[in-house]
Amino acid sequence: MNYFKESLMQLLGRDPTRPTEEDKSPEAKVIHFRKKGEKYDREAVQKEHADHDSKKWLRRRWITLISVNLLFVVSFYFDIQMLEGALTASRFFGFHMADLNSALQVTLAYKHMLINLVIGTVTIFILWFLLGGRTFCSWVCPYHLLSEWTEWLHLRFVAKGWVKNHEFHRGTRTVLYLIFALLALVTGYTVYETISPTGILSRALIYGPSLILIWVVFILLIELLYSRRFWCRYACPIGLTYGLVGQISPLRVKYTIEGCHHEGECRKVCLVPHVLEPIIKGRATDVEVPIGADCTRCGMCIDVCPTGSLRYNFKGLDKIL
Amino acid sequence: MSRKKLSKPLAEKARRRFLRSIGLGALVVGSSLVGFYPVLTQSMPRLRPPGALKEQEYLASCIKCGQCVQVCPVEAIVLGDIEDGMGVGAAYMDARVQGCDFSCDGLQCVLACPTGALSHDTDYPHQVHIGMARIDKPKLCLAMQGQGFKGKVRDPGFTGKFRYNEIDRWNPIPVRDRDFDLEICDLCVIHCPIEIRIAQCDSGKPPSGDTNQCPPQHAIELRPMESSDGIMRMEPTILDGCVGCGACEMVCPTEPAAIVIDMESIMDSPHPIAMREAK
Repeated sequence: MNYFKESLMQLLGRDPTRPTEEDKSPEAKVIHFRKKGEKYDREAVQKEHADHDSKKWLRRRWITLISVNLLFVVSFYFDIQMLEGALTASRFFGFHMADLNSALQVTLAYKHMLINLVIGTVTIFILWFLLGGRTFCSWVCPYHLLSEWTEWLHLRFVAKGWVKNHEFHRGTRTVLYLIFALLALVTGYTVYETISPTGILSRALIYGPSLILIWVVFILLIELLYSRRFWCRYACPIGLTYGLVGQISPLRVKYTIEGCHHEGECRKVCLVPHVLEPIIKGRATDVEVPIGADCTRCGMCIDVCPTGSLRYNFKGLDKIL
Repeated sequence: MSRKKLSKPLAEKARRRFLRSIGLGALVVGSSLVGFYPVLTQSMPRLRPPGALKEQEYLASCIKCGQCVQVCPVEAIVLGDIEDGMGVGAAYMDARVQGCDFSCDGLQCVLACPTGALSHDTDYPHQVHIGMARIDKPKLCLAMQGQGFKGKVRDPGFTGKFRYNEIDRWNPIPVRDRDFDLEICDLCVIHCPIEIRIAQCDSGKPPSGDTNQCPPQHAIELRPMESSDGIMRMEPTILDGCVGCGACEMVCPTEPAAIVIDMESIMDSPHPIAMREAK
């Protein structure tokens, strides 16, 4: 099983492949075999979780997300010219930055690319290549935060039996991505930008509320009442764009099989649980497995894991240090 | 993925999920396509900021970031909302609320634009083609009635700004701060940024000392009208140098404004005036 291909196919919407015995390394097989014989002490694991109530990465992430968005607001409001523009395109101390998906839409629709846009796009590509791709989603996108709060409420509604979660095929996002790319190319309008909650919210924060926020409320209501996190999971092309960057990014979450109890709490809190397939007992192909490209590097799994089996990792850096 | 045959309930579940996914895709794409309505019907004609490309190219290339909004010293630029359809988040100006008076001199909005939606080939105010002024309500025009003007140009709460060189060379001030006393109303002419520049150049003081700033053509002038009743009447006449900045529409003291701007984008369409009336 090729890790690169598997990660990419999952990103595009395919279900995770169950690895065969040949896919697994001898070291992993040894651990899998040993674990097979171990008894799972449910109560002990539950106690371990109860004792381990970490919000470390959640706190850091929310602070980052709010700070970045506030910096845009403050920069305009007080005219300090630090971070001008909005999330679609901006200037950080005069240096161009452009959201990869917005830049793609504009380029497909307009069919030209000005040097400023090239600079902005390359800068942002390098930034998110270094930081993990979909890190943009969970650490910067303002819709993500609203969606997280809505999810909290949704899960409570589900627990009370008021609503039911409906899943979609994850390939829907890939199809939508292609449709919006084609629409931009053929019609010459940046069609996706009109409904992008990321752009709408970013502009609303900076330039004041607008009626188009009704659309954002509408999709949040669908997330609350019908399908958990549906926009980020099944629809948003921005997620796929940054996912493709994450595919080659050195920064990812790494899973270490050794101490893991395989109880699956991490999969319950995850926005994209298919990437955590390797944590299922007997599935990991190696002693350490990097988590796939669709992962938003939000750190919820790291927070929830009491054994430290999931950690952030920068490829190659641990070898140098 | 191994293509195992699914059990019946699982197959039914997968079928439902597939249909649901198609529904989701249709909802998302359908919602986005609604935005074509105002564009195709031209129900929302908008004055675009200086240097804007032709409407379709402009909407294609604008990345909807609002950097032009942030640099404008008179806050003439605002962003489109839901009624603009494909123009959601794209910059436009409402001349009656705030015209562009070019008080930044350097076309800051053009320089701020990261995508060239506001074309970087535009260096000077007279190269701009936002639209063209037109006397929309001749019967209301004070000059055409032979009337003067005394007082403040708009109501006391009006927030529009203009840079009066004789008052403050660098900073625009609210137009309500000024009192006028004109024998014959020529507010549109004296507020015309093109005419102001031409006057500066004629007196040997071009803006920023740069003769490139000097507009080659006049934009507006008052011309005497033939009249039988002996009253001195003047007609504001729009000339080829007009760039459609909207300063005249902003300061026109009549309600509604006697002078308005037709947008460049729809001037090529067969019925530009009908479009304007329909607004």
